[in-house]
Amino acid sequence: MKMRAKLTGDVTEVKVIINHPMETGRRKDDAGQLIPAYFIQLVTATLNDQPVLEMQWGTGISKNPYLTFHLKGAKAGDKITVTWHDNLGKTASGETAVVPA
Amino acid sequence: MQRRDFLTILAGAAATAFMLPIHALAAVWNKAAFEAAKLNEATAHLAINGEIPSKDIEIIAPDRAENGAIVQIAITSRIPNTEAMSVLVEHNPTALIGNFMFSNGALPYLVTRIKMAETSYVKIIVKAGEKYYTNSKAVEVLENGCG
Repeated sequence: MKMRAKLTGDVTEVKVIINHPMETGRRKDDAGQLIPAYFIQLVTATLNDQPVLEMQWGTGISKNPYLTFHLKGAKAGDKITVTWHDNLGKTASGETAVVPA
Repeated sequence: MQRRDFLTILAGAAATAFMLPIHALAAVWNKAAFEAAKLNEATAHLAINGEIPSKDIEIIAPDRAENGAIVQIAITSRIPNTEAMSVLVEHNPTALIGNFMFSNGALPYLVTRIKMAETSYVKIIVKAGEKYYTNSKAVEVLENGCG
């Protein structure tokens, strides 16, 4: 996971890229076999462990999901964490600190 | 308890579990809404009704997308007390793309990249208080991005 959080004025812009295939379950491989669905379902972003953005995703989010969101009131050095869970039970987290732009 | 009362309660409980509003506990993935093929079925499973058209939802998306596998959208809600947004694509195999719930200082703004199977409207539904608002943007898709 790649994350960046830049503070301008009182708004922090957070950008996130998650590596994940986001397979819909409708695609076929070269042998004509359906590739099973494999996609992120739940994502939570927290600011100093407080939830700020909670997401439910379907198969319509693009491969290697990209996200930008804005937070008001975060300060330089604050901790932003993003955690995801996929339909196969895998999970991962990323963390970054807010930096002045 | 009369049997009829019990059945009514049971039916009520089932309906509650079946139709999770978009602000419901994020740890619950709304399977029924995400697997619904039609847009109106997906919104019914999200317990969304009577959404009001609003130009205070700004959708920035390309008029034409070369590749439907990656269509970047930026959404801003200027509706006071926006709590949540749902992104739907009418002509995708399953219409609901995602639900996004904002709290604790998160601004009602979002950029993400979505898949589009064919030319369609991207429909955004915003929840503010007990009301729902909506706006749509047409995107012409040249290459199926749903595989």
